[in-house]
Amino acid sequence: MAALINVPAKARRGDVIEIRTLTSHIMETGFRHTMDGALVPRDIITSFTCRYNGTEIFRADLFPAIAANPYLSFFTVVQESGKFEFEWIGDNGYSSTASASITVE
Amino acid sequence: MPATRRQFLSLAGSVTVAGTIPIVTMRPLEATPAMLSTAIRNVVGEASIRNGKVKLDIPPLVENGNTVPMTVSVASPMTATDYVKSIHVFNEKNPQPNIGNFYLNPSSGRAQVSTRIRLADTQKVVAIARLSDDTFWQVATDVVVTLAACTEDVN
Repeated sequence: MAALINVPAKARRGDVIEIRTLTSHIMETGFRHTMDGALVPRDIITSFTCRYNGTEIFRADLFPAIAANPYLSFFTVVQESGKFEFEWIGDNGYSSTASASITVE
Repeated sequence: MPATRRQFLSLAGSVTVAGTIPIVTMRPLEATPAMLSTAIRNVVGEASIRNGKVKLDIPPLVENGNTVPMTVSVASPMTATDYVKSIHVFNEKNPQPNIGNFYLNPSSGRAQVSTRIRLADTQKVVAIARLSDDTFWQVATDVVVTLAACTEDVN
């Protein structure tokens, strides 16, 4: 459930900032077998969403080809101080959230 | 031992044939190029895809296919009238052809996304961008993978 979020603490109005997120998840592909031949069931994060003061600014669909502990980096323009909310949704009812604040001058 | 050159050659030929067939049949899990083009058509529809505008940064030689850093960027001014709607990344030979779909908007500021992916084999990775005028642009990169991901056994 642990997530690592990297958002600059301060930015100027209109700046393009980079947001980097890392969350811990096994991202089991569903294509691997145990030594006795049983298929390991799929367990991945399927969707990631980032909201900025309630508005969706970035969304991603993830597939088994995304490495374990999914890392995502993307950009956005900041216009006002506020809060970024991050949400990961996955198989077996997995859901995890995180947030980060930014001060815009 | 074969006595004549002709016998030797026919023996060598049969060994080669017997040796290549199992290599082909041992890999039923791979996404075939047909699956790749179907996955791309599911996103693109009937629209034509042009080469260019998209840049795919990925190491050409990967030692461990379990985590491969990848950055996709698109040359776009990212204004309200001219921006990148989405970026789609596909592979040729993983068990399934999709890697990720990323949805952007004018307030993204820069059309660039980074993540880490898995690659099951030496193969082609394709990135496709959909712009605001609904044109599609693509780039394909070949990646050599020495240690494969995805299908190995769990210890």
